[in-house]
Amino acid sequence: MTTIAQPTTEVNALTPRPESIRSVSVWRRRLLIGVVVAYAALLILAPLTALVSGAFAKGIGASFTALRDPAVFSAFRLTLFIALITVVIHALLGTTLAWVLVRYRFRGKWLLNGVIDLPFAVSPVVVGYMLLLLFGRTGVLAPVLEALNMKVAFAVPGMVLATLFVTLPFMAREVMPVLESFGVEQEHAAAILGASGWQTFWMVTFPALRWGFIYGVILTFARALGEFGAVLVVGGGIQGRTETLTLFIYRALDERQYVGAYSAALVLGLLSLVLVVGTELLRKREK
Amino acid sequence: MAVINAIMGTLTAYVLVRYEFPGKSLLNAIVDLPLAIPTLVTGVMLVVLYGPQSFIGGWLKDQTDWRIIFAPPGIILALLFVNFPFVVRAVQPVLQSLDLESEEAAATLGAGSATIFWRVTLPALWLPIASGALLSFARAIGEFGAIVIVAGNIPLRSQTAAVYVFGEVESANRQGASAMSIVMLSLAFAMVLLVDWLRKRGRKDAEE
Repeated sequence: MTTIAQPTTEVNALTPRPESIRSVSVWRRRLLIGVVVAYAALLILAPLTALVSGAFAKGIGASFTALRDPAVFSAFRLTLFIALITVVIHALLGTTLAWVLVRYRFRGKWLLNGVIDLPFAVSPVVVGYMLLLLFGRTGVLAPVLEALNMKVAFAVPGMVLATLFVTLPFMAREVMPVLESFGVEQEHAAAILGASGWQTFWMVTFPALRWGFIYGVILTFARALGEFGAVLVVGGGIQGRTETLTLFIYRALDERQYVGAYSAALVLGLLSLVLVVGTELLRKREK
Repeated sequence: MAVINAIMGTLTAYVLVRYEFPGKSLLNAIVDLPLAIPTLVTGVMLVVLYGPQSFIGGWLKDQTDWRIIFAPPGIILALLFVNFPFVVRAVQPVLQSLDLESEEAAATLGAGSATIFWRVTLPALWLPIASGALLSFARAIGEFGAIVIVAGNIPLRSQTAAVYVFGEVESANRQGASAMSIVMLSLAFAMVLLVDWLRKRGRKDAEE
């Protein structure tokens, strides 16, 4: 910036000399970078390191023994199960939702657009509670469920519903911008060349969406793995039945089984981390 | 929390866009970490680091009356951690697309760099800062996983709205849970619509 300024003698008397400006700006630059790096390190990295050391405080062996607990195993299985169902449903539903929101105009579109983002902002506890009000023992839909002999609250179906609600925005928000920038010209060209609707989608639209789609799937999956509040309220965290990995961590902390809790938290955190960071790297390489 | 997050988030975005330094891509990756890590795990991390059994927590307990875990500072730390990406990721693209020309013009006209920042750069950024801060504020109101671990559940001391609803549901008090839920739900909805509107306005400004 200082090189551009060609101050006249008049201005020169008022403004500091270029060298001093430069040395000030070098120091400001160092200061700003230092502040930001220190903030990120203290806020994010320090707790992360603490968790790693906490999990291995009693040695790696103790952590592995704690993780071999059957409760951890069943919790992990349930977590994966719920996350997989969620991903499959949202891969279909979320993409459709993005499609509808980008390609069609209709009344109340702004409202639907807002509703999609709602799970970002609304508390997971409130989500769980709303599901309880609907499907609980005295809930609105209780007679219907009883007639069908189905159990939703304090059972896996309710937890799947809660996870579906919480992960709703990810798929649509990843696919929508890609769909917007892609435009309709190529689809029209395909249609003119005689492709059917399905052919156009699979051979023209979907390949363009691929990365948005994959990234949406991964984010949905990672978020589903880590969901806690909604699943706790609607599922009740019954050991061996509705206990996911997050609920196990919560219970283990409560029962002061610190090594187990920290190790499970580390596994869960690392799993989500690898998923998200790995996809990011893949996407960068593709570009 | 939203204020600290807005300031530090803007600063981080500024450093990431305007400066080159070793470890920049690492910093960029760290910004996204909280999006990947489940908030419950965040809570566990903070308890390990600052809890009564930890080195720092124990030292604070011995030396002062200060507590981080089971007290408001822990809640603020948890919320800062969880919401770190939102302001950064809102401001970064806008700052990137901002021309250096107007800043250079201001410099040519003799403005100091502080003046340039306050009167040229910042006014162009206020929309993304506001939408990012608002989104993190909305999420802070509803945050549960990190807080329930860090704060415990002490009424009137370390109980947030979400933890309160959880307590009421657990003790089968429908009225309390419903009342608070409705308040939180309407707040969340209003803020989401506001954030959406801010973003749209930002996009319109950019097109003009």
